[in-house]
Amino acid sequence: MKIVVTVKQVPDTNAEKAFDPATKRLNRSAIENVLNPFDEYAIEEALRIKEAAGADSTVTILTMAPQKGVDIVRKALGMGADNAAMLSDEAIGGSDTMATAYLISQALKHIGFDLILTGTQSTDAINSIVPAAVAEHLGIPALTYAKKVTIADGRVEIQRETDAGYQRVSAPLPALISVTKSINEPRYPTLKGIMGAKKKEIKALSLADIGADAARFGDAGSKTWVESFTPVSARGKGTVIQAQDPVEGAKQILEFLIAKKVV
Amino acid sequence: MHFELAEEQKAVRQMVAAFAQREIQPNAGDWDRAHAFPLELFAKLGQLGLMGMSVSDKYGGGALDTISTVLAIEELSKADAGIGVTVSVHAGLTTRIVEAFASEEIKQKYLPKMCTGEWVGAFALTEPESGSDAASLRMRARSDGDGYVLDGTKQWVTNGGFAQAFVVFARTGAAGSKGISAFLVDRDTPGFTIGRVTDKLGIRSSNTVDLTFEDARIPAAHLLGEQDAGYKIALASLGTGRLGIAAQAVGILAACLETSQRYARERHQFGRAIGAFQAVSFKIADMCVDLDAARLLLYRAAWLRDQGMPVIESSSKAKLFASTAARKHAAECVQILGGYGYTTEFPAERYYRDAKITEIYEGTSEVQRIVIARELLGRLEERMQKQRGAQPMSGAVNNGLAGIVEPAAELSPDAAG
Repeated sequence: MKIVVTVKQVPDTNAEKAFDPATKRLNRSAIENVLNPFDEYAIEEALRIKEAAGADSTVTILTMAPQKGVDIVRKALGMGADNAAMLSDEAIGGSDTMATAYLISQALKHIGFDLILTGTQSTDAINSIVPAAVAEHLGIPALTYAKKVTIADGRVEIQRETDAGYQRVSAPLPALISVTKSINEPRYPTLKGIMGAKKKEIKALSLADIGADAARFGDAGSKTWVESFTPVSARGKGTVIQAQDPVEGAKQILEFLIAKKVV
Repeated sequence: MHFELAEEQKAVRQMVAAFAQREIQPNAGDWDRAHAFPLELFAKLGQLGLMGMSVSDKYGGGALDTISTVLAIEELSKADAGIGVTVSVHAGLTTRIVEAFASEEIKQKYLPKMCTGEWVGAFALTEPESGSDAASLRMRARSDGDGYVLDGTKQWVTNGGFAQAFVVFARTGAAGSKGISAFLVDRDTPGFTIGRVTDKLGIRSSNTVDLTFEDARIPAAHLLGEQDAGYKIALASLGTGRLGIAAQAVGILAACLETSQRYARERHQFGRAIGAFQAVSFKIADMCVDLDAARLLLYRAAWLRDQGMPVIESSSKAKLFASTAARKHAAECVQILGGYGYTTEFPAERYYRDAKITEIYEGTSEVQRIVIARELLGRLEERMQKQRGAQPMSGAVNNGLAGIVEPAAELSPDAAG
């Protein structure tokens, strides 16, 4: 079984972020980039599925990132993935969520897969759209928010996490699964893994390799763009209601809420 | 010249930092209060490859370069300096000595299990009457038939209570540095007993014990290197062992900076964050400058070792500077946190207690200065005495100091001769 995990490099969640006023994009060069923490759960699950499935299974890491993103690919390889493919091209810059999903699906068609695993979201954009959109492009089932994955007889069954509990969802392979943080405890890369990662193949993919249609990515191919950005303004001082009589105080609060059309 | 870590070095640092942050740091306060040596942690460190990081892959090790090993010890120490020294003594000192100086049979028996963390290593040089003046050690090893018989006591042996493999230095010949041999002693040797646990000011998650040897017989194959050439092993090991302690001090310093920064931003007094006061912000600026300087000295010394160049002087400089800075800034960290810094609610007081030892073990700061000064000035006193045709002044003192700076072979299999 060929398992592909799509991963993304994101700015370190602890770092202070800044936007470049000229491009209206996040200034990624100034901050330390890390492997999207949600993706670590997908990698871990892929490795567990591979370990259970036996020797003829492989785990491939796929990412779309500038060359610097090779660090996060090596981390994934250090955890135990077998090989990786990396789509890098300056022309990709400016691609929105849907353009990104298009490019990733094209890359997946190019490298082939039986099962695709993803995190539920990235810590920078937090759209949670890409997994389902990729599956749609590929015409395969999307099983999202999995907190447990079982694979048997060419089918996959997941427990789909919901606010109230979970749903059991099943589909034939090939399929795409996005996993939640409650699914496992991601392993650390070992020293052997880190050293071995150097020798593993990271295939460079170009836009031509994956047959990408120039009208469907980058600034030109994106249906959304950033019009402007404003820093979140500091929260203003709240209204304090002081009353000797609690009933009177409650009345004032109620009037305030009615005026704001909250109640 | 460039100052960027290699990709794998960064990856090692990130991995150890992530592990330490999740598995060590949250427990460090409890281990400290309970004097607990977290044995189960070392199996985990073994799984990650950290217990065998200095050993070649032939014996199951990770064969890391020296820079990566000091990065690992730094990150462990940032979370818990006691864990840092435990790993430093095991992986930075003991496994290196076994691989460089033991017979093939001993290496096959011990190294794989030391790499997994199943067996921990210890280094026994110090005795009640022999500290900085290590060449005056008294423990005896007499050759007897097909082995050696050990008699005497060792003191302050890190990891001793839990170790299986002990590198032990004992006198096989005349007084002074030339009559000392090194041995690998197994924990299960009859006549060898583990004594009392030492109660310490800091690094309390590390284990420190006395050892007693009474007619403890070990096979001849357990001799490390040549008979009577053990002191060279001790000196060569200390050159690299000091890098481990410098890394420990850097880790403590990094923890002090992080704790101070966070507190200076969050704590408000007189209507503003205390970091807005120069008195506090300057302390933090100084802390960061010294951390950078300590790191540069440390990484350069580690780099020199990776180039196969002598590290005696550069590791002494790194250790002297890093340990002095750690002790000084740990005190400032407590000061920045004020009353809270003095309580066990915050880790500052632990850093303060932990930092002090780095100025003492693996050569005191005074000994480091002797090493550095001798490199700069030569052995002036001895030369003067020669010119006067006089005998060395005091045998004991002179022998000891000479021993400290005797040119030592680096730890490599060739050095076993």
